[in-house]
Amino acid sequence: MLIRRPDDIQSSDITPETVYQNRRAFIGTAGALALGGLVAPSALEAMRFDRGTAGAYPGLQQDDKLTPEEDATSYNNYYEFGTGKEDPKDQAKDFKPMPWTVNVEGLVKKPRPYSFDELVGKLPVQDRVYRHRCVEAWSMVIPWQGVQLKDVVARCEPLPGAKFVEFTTLYDPRRMPGQARAVLPWPYKEALRLDEANNPLALLATGMYGKALPNQNGAPLKLVVPWKYGFKGIKAIVKIKFTDKMPNTTWNDANPSEYGFYANVNPMVDHPRWSQAKERRIGQFIKIPTLPFNGYAAQVASMYSGMDLRKYY
Amino acid sequence: MRSMLMRAESPIRRAIRPALWLLVIVPAIVLVAQLLLDQLGAEPIEALEHASGKWTLRFLAGSLAITPLMGLTGWGWLVAQRRFLGLATFFWAIGHLSVYTVLDQFFDWPAIAEDILKRIYITLGMLAFVLMIPLAVTSTKASIRRLGGKRWNQLHRLVYLSAVAGCVHFLWAVKKDLVEPMIYAAVFAILFALRLILRKRGPRTPLGSPRG
Repeated sequence: MLIRRPDDIQSSDITPETVYQNRRAFIGTAGALALGGLVAPSALEAMRFDRGTAGAYPGLQQDDKLTPEEDATSYNNYYEFGTGKEDPKDQAKDFKPMPWTVNVEGLVKKPRPYSFDELVGKLPVQDRVYRHRCVEAWSMVIPWQGVQLKDVVARCEPLPGAKFVEFTTLYDPRRMPGQARAVLPWPYKEALRLDEANNPLALLATGMYGKALPNQNGAPLKLVVPWKYGFKGIKAIVKIKFTDKMPNTTWNDANPSEYGFYANVNPMVDHPRWSQAKERRIGQFIKIPTLPFNGYAAQVASMYSGMDLRKYY
Repeated sequence: MRSMLMRAESPIRRAIRPALWLLVIVPAIVLVAQLLLDQLGAEPIEALEHASGKWTLRFLAGSLAITPLMGLTGWGWLVAQRRFLGLATFFWAIGHLSVYTVLDQFFDWPAIAEDILKRIYITLGMLAFVLMIPLAVTSTKASIRRLGGKRWNQLHRLVYLSAVAGCVHFLWAVKKDLVEPMIYAAVFAILFALRLILRKRGPRTPLGSPRG
């Protein structure tokens, strides 16, 4: 197994357990006070709970703090395990992610099934603290462990004609009870352009908070592309297919006017039903401004130069 | 059947108001307690927003259930509970709007204005609320006398518009799984249908318990 306790995260970068345990005290207090209209925003900011800095990772902003592990593992969208955000933690608890096989298909030298270890084993383990921005305008800061997607792409040996990488989630309604209802066209699919997949920021996560990836967060293998909205981060990947045509993706199929193929975080392009200009960082009270490419413009913007990002949202 | 109704009437009549008061107050106390005790999950503001919105719709459905219930039982005194439930709806709507304005947007008026103008589901939610204001203002007996039963009835038909706007507001706010808002919409559809059916059966209640 690839998961190990990362040794290059400073202990000062990690919020102590005791601090986690009190972490929402401020919300209750702030909420109650604000209800009475008694406090100014600055006072609320001052009450913001210090949960330790996330450390100096690319793209992180000065006041980014790690999201408490409990929040990141109990509040997320994973419709395969229910449409409520607290459903996945409950409904995925009996899911057995191992053994796991990933089929590598399409324009590759030798299409074949890979065991989990064959696909990601022996690759350099990465510790990445990334901002995570959901299309629903909430966000977190999450420490991931995993491998660079570009290393996995290289291992799959794509042919010169390959331009896109398509990922597919497991389809097994007996193991994923949410798939019993056709809320989305199953199985969930996502895709990247090959240059996006080869961007050093793109990660195949196998762990978070120094532990194996929890079932509810996409065990055993989840895509993390921090400059894109969270729905691009497909979970429980069982198929990786290289193609020369832009693949269909699930949310884009379900509602093309609301969810694009690129789904790059962009405060200038609103979701048709809500603004994307600001976001609520989970655990903080006042919304914060959303940054272009979720703060990773320096690392990724050049891939989209010349593209009309209003059209290719 | 008729005698069962008669036997049930007086205990229900005595218990109904305290029961309704509890129904209005207890969820509010529970939500505030959950907020203070950090029991609302990772996103407590969203949790409060959703809960207060749903309670608004539930009380609205309750107030709209009274007229058909009067038709079925012949209990004219229920009309006072209709007003009570209508006002309860209004107060929950104020709570819902306050959570949005204070906790969610934190008085970011430009963002709120943009939401109301640009996001149809928020436009509809605001419309549903605004339509309730004249109804709450004219909920007193004096207002009924001043306006006269007929005009008061006409005015209070705005509640139908408010209910439709509220239902669509909920439907539109949901990302993908429409089951829950559809259930709410179905309840309102049934309540509307009951009214039409009972109305066809002929006029019933005298003034002071206006139809509508």
